[in-house]
Amino acid sequence: MAGKIRVVVAKPGLDGHDRGAKIIARALRDAGMEVIYTGLHQTPEQIVETAIQEDADAVGISILSGAHMTLVPRILELLRENGVEDVVVVVGGTIPDDDADELRKLGVAGVFGPGAPTTEIVDFLKGAVAA
Amino acid sequence: MATTDREEQTGGAQEWRRRYETTPEREGELFSTISGVENEPLYSPENTDLDYERDLGWPGAYPFTRGVYPSMYRGRLWTMRQFAGFGTAEETNARFRYLLEHGQTGLSTAFDMPTLMGYDSDHARSLGEVGREGVAIDSLADMETLFAGIPLGEVSTSMTINGPAAMLLAFYACVGEEQDVPLERLRGTVQTDILKEYIAQKEWIFPPAPSMRLVVDMIEWCAERLPLMHPVSISGYHIREAGSNAAQELAFTLADGFAYVEACLERGLDVDAFAPRLSFFFNAHLDFFEEIAKYRAARRIWARQLRDKYGAQDPRSWLMRFHTQTAGVSLTAQQPEVNLIRTAIEALAAVLGGTQSLHTNSFDEALALPTEHAVRLALRTQQVIAHETGVVNTIDPLGGSYYLEQLTNELERQAYDYFERIEELGGVVPAIEQNFMQREIAEASFRYQSEVERGERVIVGVNRYEQQDEQPVEILRIDPALEQKQIERVQGVRARRDAAAAEAALTRLKEDAAHEDRNLMEPIMAASRAYVTMGEMCDALRDVWGTWRETPVF
Repeated sequence: MAGKIRVVVAKPGLDGHDRGAKIIARALRDAGMEVIYTGLHQTPEQIVETAIQEDADAVGISILSGAHMTLVPRILELLRENGVEDVVVVVGGTIPDDDADELRKLGVAGVFGPGAPTTEIVDFLKGAVAA
Repeated sequence: MATTDREEQTGGAQEWRRRYETTPEREGELFSTISGVENEPLYSPENTDLDYERDLGWPGAYPFTRGVYPSMYRGRLWTMRQFAGFGTAEETNARFRYLLEHGQTGLSTAFDMPTLMGYDSDHARSLGEVGREGVAIDSLADMETLFAGIPLGEVSTSMTINGPAAMLLAFYACVGEEQDVPLERLRGTVQTDILKEYIAQKEWIFPPAPSMRLVVDMIEWCAERLPLMHPVSISGYHIREAGSNAAQELAFTLADGFAYVEACLERGLDVDAFAPRLSFFFNAHLDFFEEIAKYRAARRIWARQLRDKYGAQDPRSWLMRFHTQTAGVSLTAQQPEVNLIRTAIEALAAVLGGTQSLHTNSFDEALALPTEHAVRLALRTQQVIAHETGVVNTIDPLGGSYYLEQLTNELERQAYDYFERIEELGGVVPAIEQNFMQREIAEASFRYQSEVERGERVIVGVNRYEQQDEQPVEILRIDPALEQKQIERVQGVRARRDAAAAEAALTRLKEDAAHEDRNLMEPIMAASRAYVTMGEMCDALRDVWGTWRETPVF
């Protein structure tokens, strides 16, 4: 594809655990992507607005508050409502396996748990955005 | 005579070095500490700078390097304090009673995200988060349920709450009043450390200046009314969890501590009136000796600064007491049972470092909140260390280890370097506003991650000795119906209370908040008794003070 991959790294919900989000943001940038980090405590509405404004190819959602089954489906829904169908959505955090399966069914392209290497996430996004 | 000994030693060292260098070192893995401190292959009198009386001294005496009490664990073991909280106050009350029945000696409360951020359970921002990562407490009514059947005069309670710490402390004090326990008998710790929120954990409400005022209000009020309560637990734990290294954890935590001391002095408080009640909270990570050195350096620095810089006269002001929690960040989702081993080693470091209380993480915490089974094993880990290993039989048993002493010196040196850099930026709050600590932490965290990904740091089960087809472990599930139940509870409280009294209490709080010279604890107590909710009080203060938003950096 032409140009750099544009990724919004987003922290929905109230938890302030941003170590993972920041590491991923930096690894994606080092891999040549254009990274927009939203900062903390974003509502689903704010995240979707950022994704649209930034014309993102992908949205990476980092969440460790346990509210993923409420907030991630809401983000997917809002993306659809706004006619954004082609954005690759990936989720990282402490997501139990059953929930990860459920999120994939809802349209999340990839779920990355604790210990996932950043290289795996970079490669996944490159593949998913190109496809 | 001495010269001859020295020469012989030097000769021995040279001979050892020559022989050492004939054997190639292992390649691939780093020999530096997890924090990146270079390790020499050997420490001896040759490369260790140590003046016993100046640097170590005696347990219970300045500079407290060897421990804060003369008898340490021969007198009394550390408090085994497992952090617990999930769902509503009823579920957590049951977990508290379970832990007390199993030999735990202190309570520690984890609050959910909405509570930490100052939102009631029925606030729009609380959706999906109620009771997920801790217990939801909206008003005095929830606090009454949380401590039902637990006599507050007999337990010590720690509360991990920062932004709305003043409100939660007031709820606790009100429960004490209802149980007819005099306030001066209430024991425990409220975290209250807002500075590390801006630096690391990021659960803030108000901007730094009014937040600091609220902290000083609490310190002042506790000094007068709740003398057995620690009003602040100055926390490195979260700084480490956010990805810092050990030296940063040490330096930023102590810098925060000095900032609170300075804020109290500005208020006109006498240092010896409040300093003895300041307590600390550190992480116990995996690099065994580095962690022990960190605790010893922390005690020494605190003692020296309090005595020499801040002029404290009372020896109790010089001594740093701290709680420790094993590193959540070191736990792996892969082969989670291995976390039992990591936690045991971390806990051992905390004990050898002279901690006053300890929380051991449960092995399943990289996956979810812990199950009862996992929590029991975590507590048993502490009991094995206390009763089976013998490490409690001698005070500071590693004191005098050449390696440990040199590492203690090194961490102390790095901390002073950071103090200088923070000072150059204008102090802790300006440094936070300039994202200084946030950037330093992000840098350290990325460096560590890169070392792991290059295989220079091995994490068993993650980048070596991986196992396919792992058996899933049973995890704790929070019933989503609890959120609705809690929403109904808080709405019920608002419907039942005396509306006029609640309104009047809120009006008074806002008015007092607008006057910087008024201590807010009494108005918060009054509002609590009128069943004004925590979210309502925070909203009132948001109206007066505004809110905080950081500029994100990565």
